[in-house]
Amino acid sequence: MRKILVGIKRVVDYNVRVRVKPDGSGVVTDGVKMSVNPFDEIALEEALRIRERGEAAEVVAVSIGPDDAQQQLRTALAMGADRAILVKTDAALEPLAAAKAFLAVISKENPDLVIVGKQAIDDDAAQTGPMIAALWDRPQATFASKVEIKGTTATIVREVDAGLETIEVDLPAVISADLRLNEPRYVKLPDIMKAKKKPLDVIDLASLGVSAEAGLKCVLVEPPKPRAKGIMVKDVAELVDALKKKGLV
Amino acid sequence: MSKILVIAEHDGTKLSQATARCVTCASQVPGAEVTVAVFAADPAAVAAQAAALNGVAAVVTVAAGHNAHALAATLAPQVVKLAAGYSHVFGPSTSFGKDLMPRVAALLGVPQISDAMSVEGTHRFKRPTYAGNAIVTLEAPADRTVVATVRTASFEAATAGGNAPISAASVEATLPTHTRFVSISAPQATDRPDLSSAAKVVSGGRALASKENFALIFSLAGKIGGAVGASRAAVDAGYASNELQVGQTGKIIAPELYIAVGISGAIQHLTGIKDAKTIVAINKDPEAPIFEVSDLGLVGDLFQVLPEMEKLLG
Repeated sequence: MRKILVGIKRVVDYNVRVRVKPDGSGVVTDGVKMSVNPFDEIALEEALRIRERGEAAEVVAVSIGPDDAQQQLRTALAMGADRAILVKTDAALEPLAAAKAFLAVISKENPDLVIVGKQAIDDDAAQTGPMIAALWDRPQATFASKVEIKGTTATIVREVDAGLETIEVDLPAVISADLRLNEPRYVKLPDIMKAKKKPLDVIDLASLGVSAEAGLKCVLVEPPKPRAKGIMVKDVAELVDALKKKGLV
Repeated sequence: MSKILVIAEHDGTKLSQATARCVTCASQVPGAEVTVAVFAADPAAVAAQAAALNGVAAVVTVAAGHNAHALAATLAPQVVKLAAGYSHVFGPSTSFGKDLMPRVAALLGVPQISDAMSVEGTHRFKRPTYAGNAIVTLEAPADRTVVATVRTASFEAATAGGNAPISAASVEATLPTHTRFVSISAPQATDRPDLSSAAKVVSGGRALASKENFALIFSLAGKIGGAVGASRAAVDAGYASNELQVGQTGKIIAPELYIAVGISGAIQHLTGIKDAKTIVAINKDPEAPIFEVSDLGLVGDLFQVLPEMEKLLG
C-alpha cells in the first residue's frame, strides 16, 4: 500500500497526577508535562513496522490541536514517520469534530490505512477511531492486538471482553491500537536531529470547513469523591475475621 | 417523555449483565420509557431475558443472519434506522458498546457521551475523565438524539420480574460487506464467575512474579467463589491473559469484594475498582498507593499471606 495516516494526540503525560481547577472549569494544564498519547505511540509503531516490512511506502503523522502539538509531531517524526500534518486549533475538539477534521485530511491524502490509539488518556472517550470509520464509510477494527496486511485486506485480532476476536476488513480501513499490539521503540538522539528536517505542514482547522464548536456543554469539572479511609489489619487472622464479619467470605 | 433505546449485548444465547446495568441507567432518566433492541441471528432467548428485566417497557428484535456476530460496521446502520423516534440510544461501555456506539453517533451526526456514570437530568450526565481523576458534567443538546455508553460499574443490574412485550422489527438498511467476522477464541469455559459481573474478585499484580505463581490467585478465587483479575503489569508480563485486565484500559468492575494481591495501585488500576464495595489490599510495601483506597489493608508477603488465608478460610 502507499500510505498510512496515524493520529497523534497531545495529552497530559501519563505520569502526571491531574488536578481539577478550583473553579470547576477544567483541569490544570499550565506547566504540566505534555506527551504523545501512549496509545497513539503504539499506533505509530505499528504503522512503522508495516512500512519496514515493505507493505507500505509512507507513514504520515496527523495531529489536531494547538500550535504546541508540533512538539508531539516532532516526536512522531523522530520515531520514524516520514512527514507530519498539524490541523491547528486552540479549541479542545470533541471526538466528532476531530473525526471530521481527520476525514478532511483523509480526503486530501487518500490513505490505504488509518491507525489511531484506542483511546486518549485525557478524555478517555474512545470515540475518534470508530467515528472516522463511520464518516469515511469504511471498516473499523478497534482494540487491535495483531495486524496482518494481505494485499487489499487486513486481518486483525481484537482484544474484546470475551477474549480475542479475529476479523477481516477490506482496505482502506481504520484500526485502533490496543496496549499489546506492540512495544513502541525508543527515540535515539540522531533521529531527533533528523526529525527537525522532515516536513511538517500546518493547516488551520477553519480552512477545512470543520466547526470547532462543542456539541456537548461542559457544565462542571470536579474531583472524584474520595473513598472513606480504611483500616490496616495486623495479620491474616484479623483480615479473615473482618471479612467474615462483613459476610463476604 | 424520554424514549430510550438500549442496545443489548449478548453472545447469541445470554443477555449480558452489562445490558441489565445499562437498563438501570436508562430507567433513571426522567420520564424514561425503555426499549431494549436485540440484534441477533435468532434473538428469541435473549429477547425473553431482556423482557423479564424490571424497567423494560418493550423489546424489539431484529433477526438476521448478518447479526450473528456483533460487527459495528454492520450493526451501526441498523441501529441508526431503529433509533428514529427515540430521544436516547444507550449501550454498555464494554468492548461491544465502545466499538458500536461511536459509529452510531457519527452516523447520526451527534456527539457521544462515553461512560455515563450518573444521570443528572434528561440530557445531563456525569462521566469520568483522566482515569477517573476529573468528573465532568455534560449537557447534551435537547433537540438531538442523545447517544451514550454507560459505565456499567456505576449502576446495579436491573432485577428480573418484568414482563415486557416482544415485537419483531424489520430494518431496511444498506449493509457493508467490507468487514467480516472470522473467529473468536474465548478462554476455556470454567465454572468460575465472569470477571465483569462477579460479586467477588481476586486480582494479582506484578509481585506474583510468574505465571506459575499466579495459580495462587486462582486458588484463592476458587476458595471464595470469585473471579480472577489482573493488573496491567501482570498481563504485560504474561502472568495472566488480556481479558483479565482490570483498570482504565481493561475492565471497570464493581464487585462486593475486591482483593488486590501484590498490586501497587497505579491510578490507572484504581479507576477500574473504585466502585467495589469492599477493597482488600495485600502488599509488602506499606507505602503502596493501593492502601489509600483499601478498606482493609494488610502489609505482608503474599507468598505467606495467601496460603495462610486459604487455610483460615477452611
